[in-house]
Amino acid sequence: MDKTGALSAYRTMRRIREFETRISKEFAAGTVPGMTHLYIGQEAVAAGICHELTNEDYIASTHRGHGHSIAKGCDIGAMALELFRKAGGICKGKGGSMHIADISKGMLGANAIVGGAPPLAGGAALAIKIRGQRNVAVAFLGDGAANQGTTLEAMNFAVALNLPLVFAIESNGYGEHTLASYAAPGDLTERAAAFGMHAEKVDGTDFFAVHDAMTRAIERAHSGNGPSAIECVAKRWHGHFEGDPQLYRPKGEVDSLRKTEDPLKKFRAVAQKKKLGSKKEYDQIDEEVRDEVAQAVEFALAAPQPDASELLTDVYATY
Amino acid sequence: MAIKTFREALNEALREEMQRDKRVFLIGEDIAGGMGGHEGAPGSSGGMLGVTKGLYQEFGPNRVIDTPISESAIMGAAAGAALAGMRPVAEMMFMDFFGVCFDQIYNQAAKFRYMFGGQSSTPMVIRGMVGAGFGSAAQHSQALWPIFTHIPGLKVALPSCPADAKGLLISAIRDQDPVIFLEHKVLYDTKGEVPDGDYATPFGVANVTRDGEDVTIVAFGRMVLLANEVADKLAGEISVEVVDPRTTSPLDTEVIIESVECTGKLLVVDEASPMCNLASEVISVVAIHAIGALRAAPIKLSPPHTPVPAAPNLERLYIPSVAQIEEAVRRLHATG
Repeated sequence: MDKTGALSAYRTMRRIREFETRISKEFAAGTVPGMTHLYIGQEAVAAGICHELTNEDYIASTHRGHGHSIAKGCDIGAMALELFRKAGGICKGKGGSMHIADISKGMLGANAIVGGAPPLAGGAALAIKIRGQRNVAVAFLGDGAANQGTTLEAMNFAVALNLPLVFAIESNGYGEHTLASYAAPGDLTERAAAFGMHAEKVDGTDFFAVHDAMTRAIERAHSGNGPSAIECVAKRWHGHFEGDPQLYRPKGEVDSLRKTEDPLKKFRAVAQKKKLGSKKEYDQIDEEVRDEVAQAVEFALAAPQPDASELLTDVYATY
Repeated sequence: MAIKTFREALNEALREEMQRDKRVFLIGEDIAGGMGGHEGAPGSSGGMLGVTKGLYQEFGPNRVIDTPISESAIMGAAAGAALAGMRPVAEMMFMDFFGVCFDQIYNQAAKFRYMFGGQSSTPMVIRGMVGAGFGSAAQHSQALWPIFTHIPGLKVALPSCPADAKGLLISAIRDQDPVIFLEHKVLYDTKGEVPDGDYATPFGVANVTRDGEDVTIVAFGRMVLLANEVADKLAGEISVEVVDPRTTSPLDTEVIIESVECTGKLLVVDEASPMCNLASEVISVVAIHAIGALRAAPIKLSPPHTPVPAAPNLERLYIPSVAQIEEAVRRLHATG
């Protein structure tokens, strides 16, 4: 990876961190309606998986989808409007945090149903295959969704139909409030491999490891060698949802993660060693992103709610 | 115009739409028939329903796709491909199997347009065989259209004759929204005149299959045939109008209300279980919009609130019959 690529990947990760840190504060202040599930701690996964993707590649996301959305190129301003349920939101304020989508960017939607996305990503991969395109689809799923029948069906289906599909399994330690070690006792990489696809496990806090694995998966898909699975291990720093008291989490775990498992700190350390940009350049990205997110949130807070007429629009194309 | 079976009419619609639009593809279990077997197997049977026969030979494995027995994966594949710009037609064999993949239908495909703020279309058709009559029991005989009619974002088509089977399926494939397309298993071998070539029967436009002045029968799917039989039998004695709504979502309430305003007598025949079925809906619509026209209490003719039994004698008792329809018409005619 060259310097431009590294700076761009870091900007994606910083955007996710900054956006969600601000959303967390806003949620605590009571300005964000509904439920919000934050991605902080897993930034390197979204950034690493999406780095090589174009608008013609598809992703299907999860309820914890802000990071995937930002990494796939969704506009932060329109996302902020959506989170506050305002007019001009990326889904006109009718989807909210768990349904961010931008079809024009190949982002087929966050998904509030655990295990909802893998079958849909299978469909996007099938569309790519039928049209003979050189693209891929990605199914993001957590260790919780790995136990859903829909995921297992989608994995077998992808192998049977030899689809250009990548399962990005995010092992973040917890399925809602239950430990993955309890609910998914087997090894998820081996589970995926058992369907007959290439599967590997990587450190999900290491952008470069995720990116390398994804580059190999894309190459397999482009060569007609079917689906792959990449299990990315990276614990989430926040609760299942904002406001979750997290009584299930060992004391001190998050402090320890912040110190030793911060994907952004890790990235900067590697980038410095590989001479992929100066400290000043990375600091400048931090500053630019701070301003960008602050502006997006301030604008969204001040924006009007959707017009009452929107209640009845977009149910059908015609009726 | 030629005489064709309901099954042939469906096959013709699929073939013509696939020729017209290369985004249209078929996906389901055994629809090519015999993938992985000997060379001559695919395409020879047309699957369980026989509807897709010959299409594999014409369009090949990229557009007539056999899958593992994985309903959620099939339904997700259709919904995901539709989001990605294709026009899938998924065959789910028996409508009873929709239960296995309900999430992909009602939480996913049905919701995308609204939930994503109108930026997406999900043009997909989900075909399934419905209804009792073959002794196939409780998990292969249901008439579950009220469940799907209930869900905003879905449309539901219920053809009763070969001409509508073709015209409604063409409309379903061209629709920008997910359509549940239901084929009654007793109708596949019924015959009727089918116009040649390309015609789309619009959704939400009822077909008045018999004109009459004394009693209105609103009937759905296969029940239209039974209602027509009664109307013909009673001709000269009682003048019966039969309304076939063709689609339950959207529902043509206008034609129903007009008919009841003329006859003042309403019988609704729906093969779906009685609680919250289409008969309930039609009677509710008439009560709200045309209660002054009613000269007798409406009659609702549906199966009892039980699963579909397997024994042929019990199944015959379960399904609304010509005798019951005739009796209800006579009762209405004698009242008011």
